[in-house]
Amino acid sequence: MNLNLKKESLRKVNETLQSIDRKSNKKIFKISNPDGNHAICAGLKDEIEVTIDGHTGYYCAGMNMNANIIVNGNVGTGVAENMMSGTVHVKGNASQSAGATAHGGTLIIDGDTSSRCGISMKGIDIIVKGSVGHMSAFMAQSGNLVICGDAGDALGDSIYEANIFIKGNVKSLGADCEEKKMNKKDQNILRSLLKKASINESEIKNFKMYGSARKLYNFNIDNVSEY
Amino acid sequence: MCGIVGIYLKNKKYNSQLGKFLTGMMNSMATRGPDSAGFAIYSSEKKKKYKYSVCSNTDEVKEISKKLSKQVKDIKVKSISDHLIIETAMKPKKFIEILKNYDELSLVGYGSCIEIFKQVGNPKDVVKNFSLEKFSGSHAIGHTRMATESAITTDGSHPYSTGEDECLVHNGSLSNHNNLRRSLLKKGIEIKSMNDTEVAAGYISNGLSDKKSLKETLLDGLKDLDGFYTFISGTKNGMAIVRDEIACKPAVVAETKDYVAIASEFQAMAHLPNVNSAKIFEPEPGKVYSWGK
Repeated sequence: MNLNLKKESLRKVNETLQSIDRKSNKKIFKISNPDGNHAICAGLKDEIEVTIDGHTGYYCAGMNMNANIIVNGNVGTGVAENMMSGTVHVKGNASQSAGATAHGGTLIIDGDTSSRCGISMKGIDIIVKGSVGHMSAFMAQSGNLVICGDAGDALGDSIYEANIFIKGNVKSLGADCEEKKMNKKDQNILRSLLKKASINESEIKNFKMYGSARKLYNFNIDNVSEY
Repeated sequence: MCGIVGIYLKNKKYNSQLGKFLTGMMNSMATRGPDSAGFAIYSSEKKKKYKYSVCSNTDEVKEISKKLSKQVKDIKVKSISDHLIIETAMKPKKFIEILKNYDELSLVGYGSCIEIFKQVGNPKDVVKNFSLEKFSGSHAIGHTRMATESAITTDGSHPYSTGEDECLVHNGSLSNHNNLRRSLLKKGIEIKSMNDTEVAAGYISNGLSDKKSLKETLLDGLKDLDGFYTFISGTKNGMAIVRDEIACKPAVVAETKDYVAIASEFQAMAHLPNVNSAKIFEPEPGKVYSWGK
């Protein structure tokens, strides 16, 4: 089914995608002329496949559940923010806060993301084939962030129990983020994530892993003068 | 919030459509800034002529033109909505002094190729009032304002111009503008309002008058200007964009072989020709990008 945003309103298009008749066979949708509109495909909850042909604005595929969304273009701030499950695949670049606060699902970005990728992520898997900007994985609580390129300043600042896998250079690490030794279990996690994004798994050896040093978890009396 | 837009044409192909392009950009950024709007248009330079963009608070344009022409030789006055574009060979220093005797006129900007218009109201109405669609030129910069920091007046609207053929639009807020204003006033830079952006415009004018390039001045600004900002700055030769190191305020650039467009959001340029095949990127924090002759 073809949905043309030049002819139909954004609200109408989103309503169509949010109220799928589960008995119907219509499971594949295409959106044309997104023209940078905000909140395209926000709040989908069914197992459908949507392809967006062009560039989108803010919060594309926000709060997604179950749906498989492909963007043939760039996305604005907060793509797949608060996603619960499903897959979002961006063929271009993403702006700030990609996958912010997302609880689950997979976000694949073929290009780069700007700052704060995976901020406060809570269980999502994010795979970025390019580089990420500053403050990525800030306060990341759970889930995995895979970066095939480089990371900007303050990677993993105040990170909790999320994993960061990175192949390129880290400009600087944020507070309480440190390099970890990758064990078999971690390698298996990375292998399955690379597979999801069709990246050759022999690349595993080129990745480093970062996580929480867990020094900010408890109050430290030696730091009292800092507060 | 606020919306900022800019477009620089690399060749003459679209010169006659510059106003039309900017109209579309301003209209789609109206949601980011419904309080007031303004724009600066650069067209080809007229040798030994100056254009003064003036906001007038009176309907008696004819009488004012008559009065002015007695004091200034060879003057041409064009009236568009509540603005006058006054063209004369008289040099800025002298003309601005004369203008000070007219309480009903306030200078918005001047130069050999810049024209600036700004007005309170929804950007969609403002661009209509000034018939922006009909303008042609080489580059243009626009702003839609959501007022946070000073009053909703024409004085509080962008673009700000504190030097010949210069202008600045800003998304964000500065925190050290009062101190900077005092030091710039001492250096003889004219700043009329209490607005933070006008101080940044003055800062750039000061840098340029020290024979620094726009790029150098904006890089210095990263050290001297505290706060959040994405700036688009225009000069006779082109335009530049810079974002502060935190880069909270958005910007996206689309570049084709014919033009460079900058906007707060991609939707502002979705109507531009061949934009879907343009090179689209977000300016990195703390880096100056410039285009021009």
